[in-house]
Amino acid sequence: MSDDPVVLSAPLIIEYPFSRTTGPVIGAFLTGLREKVLLGIKGSDGTVIVPPTEYDSFTGDDLTELVEVGPGGEVLTWAWVREPMAKHPLSHPFAWALVKPDGADVGFLQVVDAGSPEAMATGMRVRPRWAAEREGSIHDLACWEPDV
Amino acid sequence: MAEIRLPAALEGKELVRSVRTPARMDFLYTAGEATTRFLTGISEGKILGERAPGGKVYVPSRGADPQLGVPTTEPVELPHVGTLVSFCVVNVAFYGQGMEIPYTSGLILLDGSDLPLMHLIQECPVEDVRIGMRVEAVWVEAHELAPNLESIRYFRPNGEPDVVVTQPGAGVTW
Repeated sequence: MSDDPVVLSAPLIIEYPFSRTTGPVIGAFLTGLREKVLLGIKGSDGTVIVPPTEYDSFTGDDLTELVEVGPGGEVLTWAWVREPMAKHPLSHPFAWALVKPDGADVGFLQVVDAGSPEAMATGMRVRPRWAAEREGSIHDLACWEPDV
Repeated sequence: MAEIRLPAALEGKELVRSVRTPARMDFLYTAGEATTRFLTGISEGKILGERAPGGKVYVPSRGADPQLGVPTTEPVELPHVGTLVSFCVVNVAFYGQGMEIPYTSGLILLDGSDLPLMHLIQECPVEDVRIGMRVEAVWVEAHELAPNLESIRYFRPNGEPDVVVTQPGAGVTW
């Protein structure tokens, strides 16, 4: 038997080509992104939830009243990413942030392209940056940028 | 389902009904020492098995006899001829298939080995494929040899008369 210590290795890539149906509410939300319109939905108690959900998470009621929110928003909290990883949405440093669009009552996790952490602050105003080519996907909302 | 009320901005727009959400995982696969010995043999146009102390010849060897739990110690160069001991005709197309359907995937027990290899059966209509058929390996050109099983393009009938194949597990004593 060989004493050669070299052990072979090779890239192994596993891919699944999933597609999934959106349902009427998420479908409307993604349609909005394609049209550069942000949508939330009115919960049972009248609060506006973004992104919209099909059911109220407290009462379980069907939710049906989609409302336009934004386009501007406010950063509720944030974390700076100094070294983005391969699958992150931006290749340069950025912030993960909870962004609450105007007219909504909750924030959702988004990317803010602010250049440096000094440009970030809780409570800061941000505006959406839309992808040049939009197809009805979450990537249509490329990220947010400081609204100064 | 309750009726969804759309805001005016989306009236008359074609609604999104599905999204593509591909999942991808990137691994670096390390073959391990025993499989490296096997694949190095393949890149030289040889099929190398390994014999365990109990006499069984495994190909490819994983480095140990799963029945005895001891290392397979003796390299054995195997002929490129064997018997089809099981097969599956693939009639269903799937993502990343790379083969025209229908095609046959088979388990080939090389002469002198005790563990069948899985590979394609070609140059034989799927309706003529049968257990006990004698087959031979068809290799890529010498300059295309690489340490992977694609160096063997497929197995094809070699014209010898069929042989009797015993059922898997028959005669095995633990």
